[in-house]
Amino acid sequence: MTATGAYAPRPGAAPLPRMIATQAALETRMLLRNGEQLLLTVVIPTLLLVLFGAVDIVDTGEGRAVDFLAPGILALAVMSTAFTGQAIATGFERRYGVLKRLAASPLPRWGLMTAKTLSVLVTEILQVLLVTVIALALGWSPHGSPLAVLLLLVLGTAAFSGLGLLMAGTLRAEATLAAANLVFLLLLVGGGVVVPLDKFPQAAQDVLGLLPITALSEGLRDVLQHGAGVPWGNLGILAVWAVVALAAAGRFFRWE
Amino acid sequence: MRSEPVVRVENLVMRYGAKTAVDGLDLVAGAGVTAVLGPNGAGKTTTVETCEGYRRAHSGTVRVLGLDPVREASALRPRVGVMLQSGGVYSGARADEMLRHVARLHAHPLDVDALIERLGLGSCGRTTYRRLSGGQQQRLALAMAVVGRPELVFLDEPTAGLDPQARRATWDLVRDLRADGVSVILTTHHMDEAEQLADDVAIIDAGRVVAQGPPEELCRGGAENTLRFSGRPGLDLASLLKALPADCTADELTPGAYRVGGKVDPQLLATVTTWCAQHGVMPERISVERHTLEDVFLELTGKELRG
Repeated sequence: MTATGAYAPRPGAAPLPRMIATQAALETRMLLRNGEQLLLTVVIPTLLLVLFGAVDIVDTGEGRAVDFLAPGILALAVMSTAFTGQAIATGFERRYGVLKRLAASPLPRWGLMTAKTLSVLVTEILQVLLVTVIALALGWSPHGSPLAVLLLLVLGTAAFSGLGLLMAGTLRAEATLAAANLVFLLLLVGGGVVVPLDKFPQAAQDVLGLLPITALSEGLRDVLQHGAGVPWGNLGILAVWAVVALAAAGRFFRWE
Repeated sequence: MRSEPVVRVENLVMRYGAKTAVDGLDLVAGAGVTAVLGPNGAGKTTTVETCEGYRRAHSGTVRVLGLDPVREASALRPRVGVMLQSGGVYSGARADEMLRHVARLHAHPLDVDALIERLGLGSCGRTTYRRLSGGQQQRLALAMAVVGRPELVFLDEPTAGLDPQARRATWDLVRDLRADGVSVILTTHHMDEAEQLADDVAIIDAGRVVAQGPPEELCRGGAENTLRFSGRPGLDLASLLKALPADCTADELTPGAYRVGGKVDPQLLATVTTWCAQHGVMPERISVERHTLEDVFLELTGKELRG
């Protein structure tokens, strides 16, 4: 036992932007490396777009199927990453003490949350690019203002992140895994993603219309398919979900 | 040293519902290595996690490096390294990837490659955390605790489940940390670990510190030591006692098996063998038992199993 000085204390936190950037990069790598996550975020949306675009399974109304489908698949992509993927990943991070260990690191909690959000956004950008390229190849002709689309995507991400984190921070990891997948499936069918909302009875439509997935897919469809202006109604629904879910997640999230 | 101790806990009380896990605990840890021993459920982990800022004290005072671990967490966290009992790593992360990540959260981290080499983590290659062996996971957690060049590290059972080689490697690292001026608080169930590494040992039972001091001092105090030998049955113990110093005891445990209790030193051994020679007794199987930390521990905390 000799003092070599190799371990002599020299503590200090890295600069905040570097901590957040490195955390966001790690989270994104973990996500892209995880097969189940890729199935959810890449394979399922892509498959649905190609399958429903090529085969006339569901009557998607007037016009080309891809013009109806592409906005719905974009909404699905947002939900798969911000809600399902994030809920499952965060649930298991909590279960395996990752959140606990990071809480002892110099990275503050809000920094970790910022990094998670960045990671979700990076993944979504990749998804939107992929879906757009495939949809264009299938003959998609989008309309409307990119700004309105961006607003919808951002508010949708906020709402779904809030819901995903609320689930991850309160339920057991296994329960989160099951529930997040179930919700994904139900909202995929009932949220106007690939099945037009008007296939449901009117009473059901009124309720389904208030879901965040419906607000997002219908809002995107109004703009991208029908060239509508800013869909304030749908943005309003998403904003309410975002505020309520993020506040609840902030209040009830348990780190261990 | 007159400066603020590394860890100062005063009258700490921690409750989980109706259960009191920590019950008015006082603990002062100075520079060097402090081992916290205690049976399962004694309150070790609760106390350490309160020092790490994970739990808010229900009452009492906790100061780590002079800071409140909850209110002054952001100032304290970069200065403290934490090794959890288990987990703490993304299941899909590789060992070197996770260690590099933690290093990047610090301003002046250790050389990651050297640390990987030293703890034998180089062989993990591209294996993700969930497929590492338990020993590799432990060593990675240890590396993560020290990579930020902290002033103080908390190690929660750092060698639980390790093979002897990995255990030695961990001990060597703790010794080097100490030599370079890093303070270490470690909880352990291994008495030899505490005897080997610790400058100071605190034994916790039922939420309180029941003994604290340097290991050799704890072993010296408390129970007396014993000398055992065998001879023919029915020796005259009264005569033996007369030859021994005043505060000694002598018993025939089973016919022909004798035990002498008291301060066992070379003089006592000489006295016993001289007495035997004078009485024509050939003492066989003479053994001297110095009390180990384990004896002290069991004496203080009892022998019944804990939940």
